Amino acid sequence: MLEVRGLRKVYTSQDRTVEALRDITFSVAAGELVCLVGPSGCGKTTLLKCLAGLLGPTGGEVRVEGRSVNGPPPGMAVVFQEYGRSLFPWMTVAQNVELPLRHKGHGRAERRRLVTGALADVGLAHTPDAYPWQLSGGMQQRVAIARALAYEPHVMLMDEPFAAVDAQTRADLEDLIRTLWDRTGVTTLFVTHDIDEAVYLGERVVVLSSSPTVVQDDLPVDLPRERDQLDTRAMPRFTELRSRVYGEIRAAQRAASRPDGA
Amino acid sequence: MSVGARLRRAAEVVALPAVLLAAWWVTSDGSESFYFPPLREVVAVLPDTWFAGGADARIVSDVLPSLARLLTGYGLAAVVGVGAGLLIGSSPVLRALVEPVLEVFRAVPPPATVPLLVAVAGIDDLMKVLVIVFGCLWPILLNTVEGVRAVDPVLADTCRSYGIRGPGRVRSLVLRSASPQIMTGLRQALSVGIILMVISEMFAASNGIGFTVVQFQRTFAVPQMWTGIIVLGLLGVTLAWVFRVVEARVLRWYEGIRSAHRSGG
Ligand SMILES: Nc1ncnc2c1ncn2[C@@H]1O[C@H](COP(=O)(O)OP(=O)(O)OP(=O)(O)O)[C@@H](O)[C@H]1O
Ligand SMILES: [Mg+2]
Repeated sequence: MLEVRGLRKVYTSQDRTVEALRDITFSVAAGELVCLVGPSGCGKTTLLKCLAGLLGPTGGEVRVEGRSVNGPPPGMAVVFQEYGRSLFPWMTVAQNVELPLRHKGHGRAERRRLVTGALADVGLAHTPDAYPWQLSGGMQQRVAIARALAYEPHVMLMDEPFAAVDAQTRADLEDLIRTLWDRTGVTTLFVTHDIDEAVYLGERVVVLSSSPTVVQDDLPVDLPRERDQLDTRAMPRFTELRSRVYGEIRAAQRAASRPDGA
Repeated sequence: MSVGARLRRAAEVVALPAVLLAAWWVTSDGSESFYFPPLREVVAVLPDTWFAGGADARIVSDVLPSLARLLTGYGLAAVVGVGAGLLIGSSPVLRALVEPVLEVFRAVPPPATVPLLVAVAGIDDLMKVLVIVFGCLWPILLNTVEGVRAVDPVLADTCRSYGIRGPGRVRSLVLRSASPQIMTGLRQALSVGIILMVISEMFAASNGIGFTVVQFQRTFAVPQMWTGIIVLGLLGVTLAWVFRVVEARVLRWYEGIRSAHRSGG
């Protein structure tokens, strides 16, 4: 479904070059829910934008549904890290969710059904006519998720969607993502810098090293499919997995800070 | 807004003009000066000067032509200015080419171009309309370019990833996002337009408010001349009010964001 092979991305401006990604290879099968975890500034957003066809890679290749990406692939929905800025402030919640559907060519009745359904899914059925700036951060994030859901994507990319919300809202949104994925089976790549979140949410965790960034580890999460904020996090297996991911990131940081850089 | 707050707001708006008018009325009342007649006298001749004569009244034969030229010129400038602003603002190549020229016009305050424009204003309606178009164009164009350039990159990426492009993108993203700056340009252009409307009529014209004021001045009908100035003032206030109503509708979201931030959001 999603294949990344030897992906490299170097940002060049007049006075400096930044190697954001050195050599990234991994893939996500159809219907999988994969978490991509890595330290802050390691190039997670860069990787996601390359997958979304919003940035051209410096080297390597990205394939989505078998086709090489050189522009935004159809059937993909992205939830951006700066969710507040990704909503149109001149449109109501319902209009924000509806806009991509118009351009997808859905008729009025179909659009209405999808918008109502998606807003109900994220628990915002009662605020279709509010404007984004009248909502809390957590609610804005749910609008962005509803917009992605209503689009009925084959692949969904999410960039640290819960980084800026409080702990309780975050737990609720995590469970929301699990529930929606369970029901729709949409292929999901979820980016985070939070190790616990990655292990709790994912069926698999891909660990990125710190810069120069490579894939440090790729491990399946063999926790029961039914997750629960208290029970799952209290499982010995959960603790083992998070320790392993934590150890990998530490090892990567040590390797990166060695003088020879290798 | 509560009824009380509305009333207070209305009182605030009316208070200063009312005081000034009253002061004008009182201080001019015993005036013997030829050029500054008592306001009482001016008000007394106003209805006859502008509204008498049915279809031949000046409100029809002079105010309407003025207004028609103003609105035609302003409308054309808005279409051309916003259209060209969209093109220039969204094309880096085009922007690099025209930027030096725009820089010059940005540095010149629009009313400063009035004498030049008036010098080229001919007698026919077309020339007068073109003068208004030329004067109104720059503030609209420059502000639109700024607004288009300032489109949020996250929103632009959102549009791209959902396949929103072409005319739909311009309508849903670019125009709306640039609307605060576009409205600023349109507001500046409106005052420039009114100035140009009057001045272009003062030189070579056969009708219009500016023409009428000059006619009265030349025939030493001073109170009537003053009524012309009052009519102009009323026209300006009315247009500004209409503009504010439209602006409040168009920029409701923008004001909403600003007040949400102010209240600690
Ligand atoms: N447009 C750009 N031009 C130049 N350098 C950039 C650009 N965008 C990102 N970078 C650099 O690339 C590196 C990776 O940035 P990126 O935003 O992808 O990291 P991230 O893992 O998403 O960080 P965070 O966890 O803070 O979201 C950083 O060093 C950043 O400074
Ligand atoms: Mg990021």
